[in-house]
Amino acid sequence: MSAIANAPAHDHHDDHVHHHKETFITKYIFSQDHKMIAKQYLITGLIMGVIGIAMSILFRIQLAWPEQSFWVFEVLLGDKWAPDGVMTPSMYLALVTIHGTIMVFFVLTAGLSGTFSNLLIPLQIGARDMASGFLNMVSYWLFFLSSVIMLSSLFVESGPAMAGWTIYPPLSALPQAISGSGTGMTLWLVSMAIFIASSLLGSLNYIVTVINLRTEGMSMTRLPLTIWAFFVTAIIGVVSFPVLLSAALLLIMDRSFGTSFFLSDIFIQGEVLSHQGGSPVLFEHLFWFLGHPEVYIVLLPALGITSEVIATNSRKPIFGYRAMVASILAIAFLSTIVWGHHMFVSGMNPFLGSVFTFTTLLIAIPSAVKAFNYITTLWKGNLQMNPGMLFSIGLVSTFITGGLTGIILGDSTLDINVHDTYFVVAHFHLVMGISALYGLFAGVYHWFPKMFGRMMNKNLGYVHFWVTAVGAYGVFFPMHFIGIAGLPRRYYTNTEFPYFDDYADVNVIITVAAIITALVQLVFLYNFFSSIFFGKKAVQNPWKSNTMEWTTPVEHIHGNWPGKIPSVYRWAYDYSKTGDDGDYVIKGQDFVPQTVPLQEGEEELNH
Amino acid sequence: MTVFLVIIVLALLAVTGWQISKIFQLSQRPDADTSQVANDKDNRLNGILMLGFVIFLYVITIYCFWEYGRFYLPEAAAEHGSEYDNLMFISIGLIMVVQIITQFLLHFFAYKYKGKKTQRALFYADNDKLEFIWTIIPVIVLAGLIIYGLFTWSDIMNINEDEDPMVIELYAYQFDWRARYSGEDNTLGKANVRFIEGVNQLGVDESDSYGKDDKIVTELHLPVGKPVLFKFRSQDVLHSAYFPFHRAQMNVVPGMITQFGFTPTITTEEMRQSEYMVDKVKSVNEERNERNKELVAQGEPTLDSYEFDYFLLCNKICGQAHYNMQMKIIVESEEDFNAWLEEQPTFGSTMEDSSENVDRPEDTAGDDTPESMQEDGSEEGQEMENAPQEGEEVAVVD
Repeated sequence: MSAIANAPAHDHHDDHVHHHKETFITKYIFSQDHKMIAKQYLITGLIMGVIGIAMSILFRIQLAWPEQSFWVFEVLLGDKWAPDGVMTPSMYLALVTIHGTIMVFFVLTAGLSGTFSNLLIPLQIGARDMASGFLNMVSYWLFFLSSVIMLSSLFVESGPAMAGWTIYPPLSALPQAISGSGTGMTLWLVSMAIFIASSLLGSLNYIVTVINLRTEGMSMTRLPLTIWAFFVTAIIGVVSFPVLLSAALLLIMDRSFGTSFFLSDIFIQGEVLSHQGGSPVLFEHLFWFLGHPEVYIVLLPALGITSEVIATNSRKPIFGYRAMVASILAIAFLSTIVWGHHMFVSGMNPFLGSVFTFTTLLIAIPSAVKAFNYITTLWKGNLQMNPGMLFSIGLVSTFITGGLTGIILGDSTLDINVHDTYFVVAHFHLVMGISALYGLFAGVYHWFPKMFGRMMNKNLGYVHFWVTAVGAYGVFFPMHFIGIAGLPRRYYTNTEFPYFDDYADVNVIITVAAIITALVQLVFLYNFFSSIFFGKKAVQNPWKSNTMEWTTPVEHIHGNWPGKIPSVYRWAYDYSKTGDDGDYVIKGQDFVPQTVPLQEGEEELNH
Repeated sequence: MTVFLVIIVLALLAVTGWQISKIFQLSQRPDADTSQVANDKDNRLNGILMLGFVIFLYVITIYCFWEYGRFYLPEAAAEHGSEYDNLMFISIGLIMVVQIITQFLLHFFAYKYKGKKTQRALFYADNDKLEFIWTIIPVIVLAGLIIYGLFTWSDIMNINEDEDPMVIELYAYQFDWRARYSGEDNTLGKANVRFIEGVNQLGVDESDSYGKDDKIVTELHLPVGKPVLFKFRSQDVLHSAYFPFHRAQMNVVPGMITQFGFTPTITTEEMRQSEYMVDKVKSVNEERNERNKELVAQGEPTLDSYEFDYFLLCNKICGQAHYNMQMKIIVESEEDFNAWLEEQPTFGSTMEDSSENVDRPEDTAGDDTPESMQEDGSEEGQEMENAPQEGEEVAVVD
């Protein structure tokens, strides 16, 4: 099937590449080439990431030294939101809200999945480009537009959205309840609606490409795990993002057209609203129907990248390829039926809580299998400690630490007393925030040579990793303890409760760790941008990897391969494979690229 | 103290960074390869650092349990709380065992198998038996946890009506709480925000005779050892009633009534005298005295000395003053409780008083005026026609 599908793409390429003269605009701005779009996603994502992380530093400063004056607030937030340099409670909530939104959607969904799905899907399956280059371009530009709208909401007079990234109504629906629910919230909703459109176009494209454009010999069971992860991620996205769109549309109707989907019996500012019969719990269901799969939309690509990077740098096949694929599928399926664990104390029927506890704890099983398989892949390897590898190992570490506390939160009983405390914040930042960021970094270090034809500086990479690794635990490990002690999240200051006074020191430690961790990301940014221009020129296959992207020339060409697309004869993980004579299959080389036919006397393992 | 701590941490990290960069510089010989691909030296250094990292993880774990473990809430002050804490401790114990083992394996393998030019990796792609083992172990362990958890969950959430719990309404609005006791009939009068008018701030239906003996108060008193059933109602946005000391929490949702029941077991007085709380209050007050010295130096008013009280707090983002939406809870003996309740005026009498002083509703409203109304800027806000409008059906929730 894949061979047939390939033929037209091939012809198309031949017509195209020789006659078409690219201008600056078609090459760098409205490019339809997947490699360029990937870079656009990455750089936009990084810019959003810088903004999102900077916001977290601002509110961490407020938490460590509550209601004190800082010039940085005065400069960045201005007189209105930080009179005399003291952050206002509204601005605190706004920062928390926009930090969450930006990091979850704009950095970890678009920046991670958008970048690497675009870069790797065609290159690793052996396709000239995405199924539809045009839709791919539209997808990026919609993402760009939604980023701009989201950022523009920061400059609205009544402030950006302030109702938390989960935007639960009625708070998000009523400007009387909080000022950010005025124009700021409108812009938030518009931005997210466009974002969802972008994500859907992207996801559909990824799915079609993986199904139809695989090169000859690239059966589904020979796909690298990266592609499996991107493919399944795209499917979850297509299933769940439309539900968020419907929630957003209904919320827009409640806000602007007086409907009552989510609102009922509200008396605010001396006035009874006419809304009757809606339920905020309905919104919670709709939101988390996306919101929970979203966690895996963020995480699965990171795990896919990790699988590839760990196998390559261990010089070993990934352990249990089939189990890894099955885990991805199981996680994807289960992820769509666990959303209720965010709502154990929302007032929904306790019986539902029982069901969601059951499904939630089930998801620990495929996750555990993945973690064990990564550890076994390291066992008896020949580990090449490239920065990408370090971040992958770091990912497995934070994935375990963060995942384990999920067992507490997923248990409806235990959730009662830690719901919405800092315990939750610590849990999800480790398991999806930090882990996914590590996946992003691992991917950037590993595929930088493919993207820019140059190498990143490894020593700066090492400094970046080690300080980040220590700092990230320094931020989130102590946070579990103040959470389990009953400290609620989203509090502007804890000083109103003398009972919490002796946690103040912990908050200072966390903030200091956060600032250091954030600052060391500047090393990464410097390394990234300077390497684009001045990095050492890359060789074709710097990591001695098996996957197909390393068979393309270093210089980018439209259509990826000059001449015919190579065929595939084996899976992607024949590292250190030996023949009967105890020597490597290809003498003097511990890897066998997928494009190399089976050697004489070699058996293909049935994975 | 904190500033000092910060400076030390910053200085130490700066030194660490400087040292690390020095190590990297020293490890580069002039003839070193510049391929930017890890060589044996990088592998060795990072392998050792991996081992160092798992030690760091253990140290930070031990430190946190040692230093911050005491932050765990005191003995649960409600009947179901001991079950909750048991389950929590079992879960924490379990995940710590898994955490310590897996992190060790991960980082130890990273150290042990750090790459060398001469080393060969083992081609090891599959082992069904191993994979089966580490699928089945989590299955069994989780099944145990799930079953234990679900029994506890249904114990907590299924309210036993036979015990005849005392019904109390907790009413949330931006940014405070009210409690409404159901009176002698143990039945709350019907209520809806559309009835809010004047002193009737909770929108109790005046025509419902069950409401006449309801008592509305600003401080929650509970009799020890008696089951209580809370009915939660919100005036405006989502709130969450979080009783950390009683291991209880329920969201407060506008337009619907949610509930949670528990039996308080420890009085405020007993809790204050517990060893845990004596230490805790001492440490809080030391912290506050420290802060007071700074405040005195700046010529600002000092903080009061702290005395423990149970509290209820809002745990669902609800607006700008979300961080200070709290209510004091006093758990006391049944006699004390009854004596206190006796003194509180009933809703019926409050309404009668207010209709006598119809010109000056503020007298009875006192400082109970919700902030949301003050924000409105007009005291008249309370007298606006927000009674049921003519011809409009009012859905009455009870």
